[in-house]
Amino acid sequence: MSASKSASKSAASTKFPSSVAAYFGGVKSALLSVFSLVLMGTYIGLGALAHDVGVSSVWLALSTILVWAAPAQLIMISALGTGGTVFEVALAVSLSATRLFPMVVALLPLLRVPGARLRDMLLPTHFTSISMWVESLRLLPSVAREHRIAFCNGLSSGYMGTAVTSGCVGYYLAAGLPPLLAGALLFLTPMSFFLSTVRNARMMMDKLALGLGLVLGPLLAYWGVQLDLMWTGIIGGTLAYAVHRVREATQ
Amino acid sequence: MKAAVIEWGPYLILILVGFLPNEVWRVIGLLTARGLDEDSQLVIWSRAVATALLAGVIAKLILFSSGELANIPLPVRIGAAACALGTYLGVKRSVFAGVIAGEIALLVGGFLFVP
Repeated sequence: MSASKSASKSAASTKFPSSVAAYFGGVKSALLSVFSLVLMGTYIGLGALAHDVGVSSVWLALSTILVWAAPAQLIMISALGTGGTVFEVALAVSLSATRLFPMVVALLPLLRVPGARLRDMLLPTHFTSISMWVESLRLLPSVAREHRIAFCNGLSSGYMGTAVTSGCVGYYLAAGLPPLLAGALLFLTPMSFFLSTVRNARMMMDKLALGLGLVLGPLLAYWGVQLDLMWTGIIGGTLAYAVHRVREATQ
Repeated sequence: MKAAVIEWGPYLILILVGFLPNEVWRVIGLLTARGLDEDSQLVIWSRAVATALLAGVIAKLILFSSGELANIPLPVRIGAAACALGTYLGVKRSVFAGVIAGEIALLVGGFLFVP
């Protein structure tokens, strides 16, 4: 315990004079990171898709602020265009959001300071998303503990601002674009998800789950299976997990 | 969904179908953050399920595209995705480089093969 405390103290290289400075330090880190570009790509694509299915740009911005999870927004917006029952879509959104649970669990201990209240954790909890989580785990250890919540909120605000702005840009670009360019914008979403998921899949189990999902998703949809995405997740994920357990047991 | 949007309004749908089912996992995470560690089996399994599900979404978006993307022939979309992956793996695992390469491949392919 004391060893890890002194280690985090010596690693604290980014010093901020105040919480406000830490917040803006976080905003700056967000705007300068590669994830801003990925978010731009993702949300320009989502904006174009939202325009395509006919929701308003205010609705899109509000969904970015409230939902703050591109895969869930993608499921919701494409369902508005293609159908599915309310229950089915809510279930698909909820299943896609299960990943947020372990991410929150892994992140919050990094932010905790002695005497922290539950309500100080509410904003970082809501802000938890793939890009914010990856960057927080990388950057937070070098930030002094008392400024981590402010830094994390700044980082997240930077990302969320980028996403809301890019969503609007994509929405209005899609309205006046030649068809081929509009198609290319829609292609940004699956591409940036695809490559950032490939990048996140460092463990053998993640790679297997990714590969199985890529095959099972279209196959189950082609066969007309009900709740095809849910089954893709459960079957592909459980198979990958089982292989992971067997490998662990035999090693 | 379309009927429900007309009946209930888009903002109520956003709360019911988007916000609540998504946010519930963050809140559960907040409440259990003290009890569970990131190496627990339940957490590992749910990560695998989430990864497979996300991959399913990606594949469906590329193969069964909607909107203007559907007008670009399927082999061009698949070829562009392969191009993106190849560039990502070849250029220092840069997501940005991969996405740009995929987009260029899609535009060139679309320009040549769209009737």
